[in-house]
Amino acid sequence: MKKLGIITALLIIIVFAWFFLPMSANNASPKGSLEKLVLTGSSTVAPLASEIGKRFEALHPNVRVDVQTGGSSRGVNDARTGLANIGMASRALKVKESDLLSFTIALDGISIITHQANPVTALDRQQIIAIYTGKILNWKDVGGNDAPITVVNKSEGHSTLELFLHHFGLKNTDVKAHVVIGDNQQGIKTVAGNPNAIGYVSIGAAEYAASHDIAIKLLPLGGITASVANVLNHSFPLSRPLNLVTREAPTGTAKAFIDFARSVQVNDLIEAQYFVPVAH
Amino acid sequence: MSLSHTDQNLSLILQLCALIAAAVVLLILVFLLSESWPVLQHVSVWRFFSDDAWHPAQDLYNITPMLSATLLSTLGALLLSTPLGIASALFTRYYAPPALAAWYRRLIELLAGIPSVVYGLWGLTTLAPLVGQLHPPGVSLLTAILVLALMILPTIALTVDSALRAVPVAYHHSAAALGLSRWAIIKNIILPAAHSGITSSVMLAAGRAIGETMAVLMVAGNVVQHPHSLFASVRTLTANIALEMSYAMGDHRAALFVAGLALMLMVLLLVSSAELFKRRSLCLQIH
Repeated sequence: MKKLGIITALLIIIVFAWFFLPMSANNASPKGSLEKLVLTGSSTVAPLASEIGKRFEALHPNVRVDVQTGGSSRGVNDARTGLANIGMASRALKVKESDLLSFTIALDGISIITHQANPVTALDRQQIIAIYTGKILNWKDVGGNDAPITVVNKSEGHSTLELFLHHFGLKNTDVKAHVVIGDNQQGIKTVAGNPNAIGYVSIGAAEYAASHDIAIKLLPLGGITASVANVLNHSFPLSRPLNLVTREAPTGTAKAFIDFARSVQVNDLIEAQYFVPVAH
Repeated sequence: MSLSHTDQNLSLILQLCALIAAAVVLLILVFLLSESWPVLQHVSVWRFFSDDAWHPAQDLYNITPMLSATLLSTLGALLLSTPLGIASALFTRYYAPPALAAWYRRLIELLAGIPSVVYGLWGLTTLAPLVGQLHPPGVSLLTAILVLALMILPTIALTVDSALRAVPVAYHHSAAALGLSRWAIIKNIILPAAHSGITSSVMLAAGRAIGETMAVLMVAGNVVQHPHSLFASVRTLTANIALEMSYAMGDHRAALFVAGLALMLMVLLLVSSAELFKRRSLCLQIH
């Protein structure tokens, strides 16, 4: 009986400790010289940056990497005003931002995919727009079988959706989707299971699936084959760089972090998020 | 009668445990409210039901299509699996030979233990293409209902089984002594006696169906719209939260917590109506 009491009491303590643990972890006062590296900006880069940050912290115990989101423009602005040590932008710097320095850590590309059995081998820009806005509803209108098109779109907030809409000049409210998916794997499985579906996913994920006997096909865009290699050599149109931005040539910890983020040591983290690493 | 010292200690500890369990529920409610507060301050509750669509990025927050999808998929799954579950429980308890019943029960328990994502994967790769042959795109309300029904079937079968077990054996023996057939005993004695247990089992299953996320996310299609047919692609409240949460910021994020709050209220309503139902049927039995 006594044992039971002790166990219960322990359990209660654990529950309480669990409640207060995250709080105390946040409020932990810096011991010694704890250096803080603040990154703000694009929500596309942020998950990757925070993964890289965790690994960086493990290597540099006296550094804390703080990642905040708020869009590429905020990243650029914060880097310029010095609010952040490093800004994050999921695009190349604009001409009027040429006073800043950018360091590409990865490339993000997306590919239009269809079922392997679909006879359509290419679609042009206008056809893709017409399909996604519901103006073309049957594959026979673009040279395919007489079958209704199943349009697969991404759910709101995903960077792939953003890049896709931006590239084709669409608004999400214009898209007439039949299926909405979350991550790349779900998109690939949905298209592989439906001979009449069309969707788009990160190029890394699509290439991997297509080379592993999954029944999908990557459509070329503007005559250029959708492949990681073509994203790397910047010829594939539906891609963008993921950049770290600084005001001046980085020094000290910021430099160490940027060098680390561009090294082969983080390639597995980059690939885990279906981006294309630049370091080899 | 006074409690022994050890009993007093135990009672104190148990009270504390109960208090913590209750506090956790309350804290979750408070947490949901405080997280959804930022958007509720400048978007009236009414707009969550009257806006044109769900486009949080464009400041439109209508959650009714997802409410109807959640309700319809749950209802459909219950309609399919309640009769099957009750039939399966009756079979194991009254018709199957004991050896078969034991194995069958183990099989159902195994079915209850399969993770929902496995059901989802199966639904997406096998069931959805089949439904798609009937009517594209395949991922639809119907597929969601079928997967959900399969998932809650073991819940219903097992809990109804234990509700049947709770009926005193004496009822069965007395009725048999009166010369009633097995089916007549079940229909007129056992089922009415196990009535409240069966009802709460269905409510439990309904709760599970409402809360199911992963499997539904994979097979329902996730287009935000009021389902106009069984083959329409729909998005449930839970799927909506899971789809958008990791990328949502600001008002969008808070709006997702409002959806969570709506879910919590739905379950609360369900549980309290089940409780009310149980109490009333208990009263009827006594009077």
